[in-house]
Amino acid sequence: MAKLHVSTTINGEPAEFLCDVSQTILDVLRDQLGLTGTKEGCGSGDCGACSITLDDRLICGCLMLAAEAEGRRIETIEGMAKGDRLHALQKKFIEFAALQCGICTPGFLVASRALLAHNPDPSETEIRYWLAGNLCRCTGYDKIVRAVMEVARDMRETTR
Amino acid sequence: MVDMKYVAPSTIDEAVGAILAANGTGRILAGGTDLLVQMRLGTAKPGVIVDVKNIPEMMRIEETAGGFRIGAAVSGAIIGEHPALGKAWPGVVEAINLIGSKQIQGRASAGGNLCNASPAADSVPALVAAAATVTIQGPKGRREIPVETLHAGPGRTTLQPGEIVVGFTLPARPLGSGDAYLRLIPRTEMDIAVVGCGVSLIVANGTCTAARVGLGAVAPTVLLVEAAGKALIGSRLDDKALEAAAAACRAACKPIDDKRGTVQYRTKIAGVLLKRAAAIAAERAGAR
Ligand SMILES: Cc1cc2nc3c(=O)[nH]c(=O)nc-3n(C[C@H](O)[C@H](O)[C@H](O)COP(=O)(O)OP(=O)(O)OC[C@H]3O[C@@H](n4cnc5c(N)ncnc54)[C@H](O)[C@@H]3O)c2cc1C
Ligand code: FES
Ligand code: FES
Repeated sequence: MAKLHVSTTINGEPAEFLCDVSQTILDVLRDQLGLTGTKEGCGSGDCGACSITLDDRLICGCLMLAAEAEGRRIETIEGMAKGDRLHALQKKFIEFAALQCGICTPGFLVASRALLAHNPDPSETEIRYWLAGNLCRCTGYDKIVRAVMEVARDMRETTR
Repeated sequence: MVDMKYVAPSTIDEAVGAILAANGTGRILAGGTDLLVQMRLGTAKPGVIVDVKNIPEMMRIEETAGGFRIGAAVSGAIIGEHPALGKAWPGVVEAINLIGSKQIQGRASAGGNLCNASPAADSVPALVAAAATVTIQGPKGRREIPVETLHAGPGRTTLQPGEIVVGFTLPARPLGSGDAYLRLIPRTEMDIAVVGCGVSLIVANGTCTAARVGLGAVAPTVLLVEAAGKALIGSRLDDKALEAAAAACRAACKPIDDKRGTVQYRTKIAGVLLKRAAAIAAERAGAR
């Protein structure tokens, strides 16, 4: 089967790969590019473990063909920390114990970052609705929501 | 596995050509939130995937003489951010924005929601109420149809071989108009409508002068309930008129029994949602 050649940008760096038409971007990130931070939970758009951004839009990596990445910009969890410096959301998730097994965590972090980019002052209700497409089996969500609220507040204070 | 092809043309003519050349095995890819799920389940096995997101006309929202043209492949997220569209057609926008999660909104389109032809598709009752028309392009050129005539049954449309939905046209809104969409789901987010109801009204000096009602998930296709609209027109949207419209909705229901709701429950809810959606549409009509 002829492979497709795709040129794209991943976490700010140019990237190229060969893929089959049937492969999702999630498959390529994990299995070919070694970017295994993005997780697969359901493969059908329900759990949000595969959350990435495409041209700054939050999407499910499991519902996008790898071929569609041509000429676009993708951000994954691997682009969130700057070297050893964790993103404020990552720090706060640790501080608040907003994770247990951790499989949902990259998805929550990517989705939360997209929320704060879109709305720096979300209410608790807005956070809960925004994160409704991310499922967590362990934490009961509350610590995650608190962590996001706190980061939003810190970010507003430092930019004031 | 058969060799699957992917093409991403930049014109509608090329997309139509690619679908035709695929001899019935071609599938349009918009946001992929239905298609990729179906491919994974094995219920869709396309030979050629025609990605339409590089076609400018299908990816933009235009303000026309008072109305709007929405490209078929524009994502819910972009539709939700369009200020003028949300002011003129809040019910249409809220219906499209109810589809799935934020992740799904980043990709899901109204064209995909319509063409997937689920009787429970959330955007469709609102588009039906809005009297939206659908622009279709195929091998024989362009045609325009009322949105309610596109569904033929669950998963089936009236599109002919090679035809693609290019976009939707929403008419101009006079002063005193409002629309609303409500659905009932067992959860607060991420579920399939048990019943969905779209209402669009025009109110002048307290009297309803135009009304259309779309009902979802209560029949094999989304319904335009003309009798419900008629029951509202000429009234002051009083309880009696609302009850008559609700009765017309209940009478139009031919629902299925499933885990989400029985026939009796769905029928009753259709009337309840009509009244609530009409109240919101009327309030919005007053505010304009
Ligand atoms: C987790 C999840 C939650 C969901 N929640 C909801 C919900 O709450 N409400 C709801 O209504 N739906 C829901 N859906 C279903 C789906 O997201 C919507 O139907 C969506 O609008 C489909 O749009 P799309 O652009 O992704 O379509 P695609 O998957 O790209 O296409 C859908 C179908 O339409 C065809 N098609 C697409 N565009 C065109 C066109 N322009 N011309 C001709 N044919 C075309 C495709 O070939 C395909 O058969 C959900 C899906 C998921 C995965
Ligand atoms: S793996 Fe993509 S949403 Fe679950
Ligand atoms: S921490 Fe285990 S699923 Fe969320």
